[in-house]
Formats: sequence, C-alpha cells, structure tokens
Amino acid sequence: MSEAKGMNLTLKVWRQKNASDKGKMVTYQVSDISPDMSFLEMFDVLNEDLLQKGEDPITFDHDCREGICGMCSMYINGKPHGPLDGTTTCQLHMRNFKDGDTIYVEPWRAKAFPVLKDLSVDRTSFDRIIQAGGFISINTGNAPDANEIPIPKDIADEAFNAATCIGCGACVAACKNASAMLFTAAKVSQLSMLPQGKAEKKKRVEAMVAQMDEEGFGACTNTGACSAECPKEISLEHIARMNRDYLNAKLTSDNV
Amino acid sequence: MQQNFLRYNFESNLEYLNDMSWLTKTLSSSLGRKVIMSLTGLFLIIFLLVHLIGNLQLLKDDGGQAFNIYAKFMTTNGLIKVSSYLLYATFLIHIVYSIILTRVNRSARPSSYAYSKPSGSSSLSSRNMGILGTVIFIFLVIHLQNFWYQMKFGSMPMTSYGGMEIKDLYRVVAEAFSQWWYVVVYVTAMVFLAFHLSHGFQSAFQTLGINHKKYTPFIQKVGLAYSIVIPGLFALIPIYMFFTCNS
Repeated sequence: MSEAKGMNLTLKVWRQKNASDKGKMVTYQVSDISPDMSFLEMFDVLNEDLLQKGEDPITFDHDCREGICGMCSMYINGKPHGPLDGTTTCQLHMRNFKDGDTIYVEPWRAKAFPVLKDLSVDRTSFDRIIQAGGFISINTGNAPDANEIPIPKDIADEAFNAATCIGCGACVAACKNASAMLFTAAKVSQLSMLPQGKAEKKKRVEAMVAQMDEEGFGACTNTGACSAECPKEISLEHIARMNRDYLNAKLTSDNV
Repeated sequence: MQQNFLRYNFESNLEYLNDMSWLTKTLSSSLGRKVIMSLTGLFLIIFLLVHLIGNLQLLKDDGGQAFNIYAKFMTTNGLIKVSSYLLYATFLIHIVYSIILTRVNRSARPSSYAYSKPSGSSSLSSRNMGILGTVIFIFLVIHLQNFWYQMKFGSMPMTSYGGMEIKDLYRVVAEAFSQWWYVVVYVTAMVFLAFHLSHGFQSAFQTLGINHKKYTPFIQKVGLAYSIVIPGLFALIPIYMFFTCNS
C-alpha cells in the first residue's frame, strides 16, 4: 500500500485573545497533512506546532467528534461546517481539500453569539431559548409501552427529524440576518407535534419566540440558507409550522 | 423547570402593567413584523394585477379613449378612492417595516465574515430584497411624480369624448414613453420588480405558515410565472408605445 501524499495548506484563521479584543485573521502554514484526517485533527496538528513554538494554540469548540454533539462550529471557506452538505466540521475530512489550498476559518458571527476566544463563541443564548419553553413541565412518567399512546408514523418521523437538531448554530451563522428561526422552530416542533408536548404548545411557542427576539437574533427573510447549511438538514417546513403556531397562539392563547 | 413557566406568567403580568397590549407586542415581534411584510406584500401583488389590467388599455388603438375614461373613473369613483388610501397606507407600511426589519437584521451581525460564500445556499434575490425594493421605491417616486401627481395636481391637457371634457392622461403617458431614456428607466425598474417578486411571492406564503407538499410547489410555480409575466407585460407597454409613437 502506497503512503498517501501529505498535503500542504495555507490557513487564514481568526485570532481573538478574549471577548473584548478586536481580533484579526492570522495566516498559518501546515504541512504533511493526511487526507484521512478530520478538519479538527488538522487543527490539532497545527496547535501542536504552535505549542512547540511557544505560541498560544487556537481555541476551538469540539466534543464528541462524531457529528452528534453540536459543539464544533467553524465557518470554513465562507460556509458553516465547510463545503460538504449535511456534515459537521468534525466529520469533514481533509480529502475534501486540495494540496496547496488556502482555507479561511472564522467563528460564527452573530450579536447573540459573542466570540469568547479565537473560534469559540458563546452559544448560551440557545440555552436560554430552551429554558424559556423548550421542555415539558409535567412529569410524563416512565417510558410507556409501545403503541400505548398512538402516534401516526408520519408525525413521529417529522418530530424526530426536528429533534435531530444538535443546536450547533450553523443556521445562525449561515443566515444573512443571523436569525435563529430554524433552531427555534425545530425545538418548537419536536415537542409540540407529540401528545406530551401538545398541552403547552401555545405557551411554548410564545415564550421561545419572545426569548429568541430578546437575544438579538435577526428576523427571517426565507432565504433558505439555514436549511441548506444545516448539518442535520432540518427542513424549512418547521419554520412555517412555528409561524402558524405562533400566530395561532397569539390570537387564541389566554396570555394577554 | 416549572419555575420557568411561573416566571413567564409572572413576567407577562408585568408586561400587562407596562400597558403594552398583546397585539402591540405581537406586531413588534420578529414574527409579527414578518407577517406585516407578508400581508402588505400580498396586497401589493394583487394591486399590480389590477394596475396592469388598467394599463393594458394603453395598447388599444383608439387614441387613448378607453384609457382616459378608465383614468377618470379611477380618480373619481368613491370606492376606488377609499381603496386608494388603503393602497397608499399599504405601500408606506411595507416600506417602513422593511426599514425596521433591515435595521434589526443588520444589528444581529455587527461584524461580518472575512470570507463568505452565500451563493450556493440561497438565491440572489432572496438575499437582496432590500436593494431590489429600494430601486423599485426610487422608480415609484419618479413614476408617481410623472403620472399620479400630474393627474391629481398638475395642469393636464384636456380632450373630449361626446361632449364630455376629461383629462388626457393618455397624451401625458404617450409623451413620456416617446423618450427612449424613460422607456429604459421603466423597463429596468420592471426587471428589479421581477426579481423582487420572484422571492417575495413565495416568501409571503412561507411567512404565513403555508408550507405544504401539496401547495408549496404550486405556489412556487405560480410565483415564478407571476414574477415574469406581470413585470413583462408592464414593460411591454412603454416599448410598444415608444415604437408606435415614433413611427
């Protein structure tokens, strides 16, 4: 088996010391990168180099590195999570780049996602949206027997599709308005479509949308960029559902 | 967890004390503002059709008689007058809310990306509705000044049909459309309108929560056809009149 040739790349990475630092793009060279490395592993190699040189390594968020936790968050070559569809940064491999490429790496950019350091942003605004209503406040007991509560397959599937949202924030990063509609809509849908979540459907959508606005996210212009860049390919139908649930709640709920 | 809902209820009571009604709150939320954009946009889409049907009478080879009688009807009929005020208000609300939303949306991303590649994931018109709308607005000002203002407040040439003396709007229009630069301005504005509609038409339905596999493909097709045919026919009128008036 012949050894795959290592790649040499130029990286332009956003460096920012802390939340109040102005920050700037800094150019780095990495060499002998295996095409089988993940994008994050390539950053690990770069950070090893930086440490050996006595420089400050680049801070970036990561956790599971298997595409399910939603921690990795790099804006790579003008796209959240890089060039592949339906892929998180940790699942993006270097074989998707060419030897000699220049790669731009930036943090998510949004008022509601302030940069903490380098490529790491504060996404607790998402947590606060969940805290506003993304839960069921009654005890639903133990897991019921199968089919004890009948749920049509298509409803279950649609709710599950919404629940695949990992809350990474790529929708916000991709949106020209830094809008969090796709995230909020997915979280509203996954609960409100199922029997246990239906009871608080109106309260939930009102509270979560109010919190979303308060956090300083933009409004939706229906460009569809969020869904196109979402690593879990959450559909725009959820935004439409949230829109009509919200209107319905505002017109008919008891909350004046 | 339960505390959160209690807090939420408590806060909504406080907001009630703040004397902000649920309606005001709804209409100043991001989704409420979008609904206003959507409803006013849909009203303007219907207006375009009505306006076009009126304009098509310019193509009639009768020296402008049908068009002039129609123009008189449109400026004197009571019901039309009431709806015209509704139309002015709709235009204003659509424009004012677009400015509010654009400001909010801009402020949601205070620092921009060094390198951004949005073309693969969204259409050009969907990202530039504000710019398209601004060009249409500038055209609207010129357009209103040339025809609407003249008809209402300017000194108009007169003509008579069967002893009835009425304003000859046809002549004003024909004179405007005999100048090549005016035709260019008009046609260019219609191109911008086409792109604005190509996103706006279908977007209005999505905002209202109408997204369904039975209807959305149909809405998208109708929207595309509408955004080509309506501005196309509008643009055809000055082109046609330019060549007939100058031949």
